[in-house]
Parts: sequence; structure tokens; C-alpha cells
Amino acid sequence: MTPALRRRVFLVAAAVAGALLVWGLTGLPDYGVYAGPYGDVLNQVAVAERKAANVVAAVTFDYRGIDTMGEEFILFAAVLGVAILLRAQRDETEQPPDEDAADRHAPGTSNAVRVVGLALLGPVVLFGIYVVTHGHLSPGGGFQGGVVLATGALLVYLSGEYVTLRRVSPELLTDLAESTGAAGYVAVGLVGVAAGATFLANVLPLGQPGMLLSAGTIPVLNLVVGLEVAGGFVLLLYEFLEQTLVIRRPGEVT
Amino acid sequence: MIVLEVSVFLLVAAAGTAVVLTRDPLNQAIVASFYGLVLGIMFFVYQAPDVALSQIAVGAVALPLMILLALAKVRALGGDRRDDR
Amino acid sequence: MRHLPYMVAAWLLLIGLYGVVTSRNLVHTITCLSVAQSSTYILLLSVGFERGGTAPIFLDVPVGTKAVDPVVGALTLTDIVVGATVSALLLALAVQADKHHGSLDPERLGKAQDD
Repeated sequence: MTPALRRRVFLVAAAVAGALLVWGLTGLPDYGVYAGPYGDVLNQVAVAERKAANVVAAVTFDYRGIDTMGEEFILFAAVLGVAILLRAQRDETEQPPDEDAADRHAPGTSNAVRVVGLALLGPVVLFGIYVVTHGHLSPGGGFQGGVVLATGALLVYLSGEYVTLRRVSPELLTDLAESTGAAGYVAVGLVGVAAGATFLANVLPLGQPGMLLSAGTIPVLNLVVGLEVAGGFVLLLYEFLEQTLVIRRPGEVT
Repeated sequence: MIVLEVSVFLLVAAAGTAVVLTRDPLNQAIVASFYGLVLGIMFFVYQAPDVALSQIAVGAVALPLMILLALAKVRALGGDRRDDR
Repeated sequence: MRHLPYMVAAWLLLIGLYGVVTSRNLVHTITCLSVAQSSTYILLLSVGFERGGTAPIFLDVPVGTKAVDPVVGALTLTDIVVGATVSALLLALAVQADKHHGSLDPERLGKAQDD
């Protein structure tokens, strides 16, 4: 099938699909008019029931906790897939980047980039920890904070300190962090079973809404998910960087 | 408020079209980062700050980063091949 | 105006699929796929939006203020992070395909036994 023929077939199919979509979507309630009851019901009862000020976090980790566990495992499986796909093949060798410094043609990073990157590292990591731990009080949570934490590792790489990055957070530690995060979610769920309620029930003391130690298992799940997402993204960064900087095929240029 | 919403929607549609119509992957990574930012602004207009935070962190930083890393590896394999127009 | 965000979502889905179908570079395909994915976020959040509502976070506003739907926000925010990870998996596949076949062009990747 030539590209031109494929394009024409697609345009016909897209026209039909577009017509069906427009016909279906105009049957929805007007934009800005909320019809369904669940949002209103949850907004009324969630703060009183779970003592969590952020209703979105209560929905993610309590009312629909099983869905989030599934999403977390999708993330885990995708990172696992990347780690398997980008491992060194049989005919490739690994050359750590500080050993071929004689013939590396990469320009060093400028001093301005290094200073800004390393100066921002502390605030970014602190901000990531803040977003993870305050997920049940303000916008944030494990997913967002985990990505912000992984951005800290990215800053270290962008400042030209890849060798330092490998030394400071070695691959084993990142693997452990990610696996602990993924298993920790199930462990918290099993705590609910051990306490006599159902899996992932909110069995820890609930406290007062607005306090840092409130909402039962929700901050614990935030921490666990933050660990897993941060570990997962740093591992992704590693795998891609190792492919580029470390693994060499026979006869490959830098 | 209505003007803000309509203009943000049209900007999102235009930015999405721009991402698709940019054929070179290196340029596309930058346009995708801008698209992620515009989408984050739209989620703000939708009064969903959690989603906006997630989108800005992922769509403007993490996703273009991974595209650039993959491109760096591909370019290292065989120089700058121009067979992808 | 009543259905504008739904139309924007449908347009983004179709243009993303157009990019996937007519792409000449695997990395370009993956980015267009993420555009098509983002159309679902727009549709979800449009369904849950209430005009005049605030964010569903009741730390400094009293419970009972009109707020938007929290359920669609919860669905969307996990979806965004997980979608990026799946895109990373696809990019790893593209890198390995390029390594073994020497090209990122889908037209040239068709035959697997050439080399």
C-alpha cells in the first residue's frame, strides 16, 4: 500500500469517524453544566468521611484505590520493559564514561549551566518532597511529586555530572526504591485486610482535616507512590543515558 | 472568562496540530513541550490544579526529555541521516 | 460554544491518528500518539467541569462550595504520568529497531530478514 493510497483511505475513514464523533458528542450535556451526581456527593461527604482536604487525593487513593494500584503497576511494568529492552546486547560492550575521556568529543557544559543546575537541585528536591507529603492537603500527591523528584536527577545530569549521578544514586538503590514503592502499595492494602476490613480500606487513625497527619492511609499511599514514580523515572533516565553514553557496539562513534 | 476559555481551547487545538505537522523529531520535541505547557494552562482554567501540576511536570519536562534521549542514541548510531523527512 | 471542548477533543484525536498513519519516522509517530492520548484528558475534564465551581480542595473554603468533579481529575492525573511511561517504552522499542535495521522509517522496517 503506497503512502498516498494509505492517506486517502485514512481520510475517508477519519471523515466517517469524525461525523460519528460529532454526532455523539453533541448529545452530551452542555459544557459547564454538570449533570452527574457523583461529583456533588463526593464533594459533600469526602472531607467528613476521610478527613482529607483534597478530595481528588481521597478519590485516587481511597474511594478508587484499586484503580490507582493498577495504574501504578502499569508504570512498573513499562519501566521493567524499558530496562529489558535497553540492556546490553551480546555484541555490545560497556564503557563507563570516565574511561574514554581522551577521545570524547562532547563539549563540556558551561559554568553558568552548572551553577544554576546545581543550585536549583536542593530546592527542587525539597519541593518534590513537599508535594508528595502534602498530597492530601493541597494539590499534589505521589504522582506529581515523584516526577518533580526525578527532575532533580535530571538537573544533575544536565549540569554535566553524569558520573556523579551514577555514584550518588546507583542503579541498585533506584531499583530498590521503585520495587519498594510498588510492593508498599500492596502492603498497605494488606494492612487493611489484617485489621479485619477489606483490602485497601482506610484503617489508620483519621485525625482532623488540614493536619499533616490525617486521612489515614492516604499520606502513606502518597509516600509509597511518590517513591515508586521517582524511582521509575530515574531508572528510565538511566537506561536511556546508558544507551547513549555507555553501551557501545563494535565500530560505533561517540 | 468566556473569552479566556475559548481562546485557550483554540490555542490547544492549534498547538496539537502544530505538534503533528512538525515532521522533524528534534523540532517536534520542543513543540511538544510547548503543547504540554498550554495543556497545563487549560487544566488550570478547568479548576483542576492536581491535573495541571501533573501535566506540566510530565508533558513539558519528562516526555520531551525522553524523546531527546532516544534521538541522541539514534543519532549516535549513524551520524545525521536525513532519511526521515 | 456549548460543545467546543468536545470538538477540540475529537479534532485532536483525529489529527493525532493522521500523524500516526502518515508518519515517516518512528519517534514522530510516538509523539503523535501522545497527542491523541491527550484528547481523552480534555474530554474527561470537560464532562466534569461546572461553570462557577472552584477546585475540589476544601482546606480554606468551606465544604459545600460549588466545586468541579473530583472523580475525573483523579482518573486524569494518574493517566498522564502512566501515559508518559508507556511512551518511554515505545521509544525504547524505536531505539532498538533503529539499532537493528539502521533506519527509523516505517516503510523500511517492513521486511525483517533483509540484514
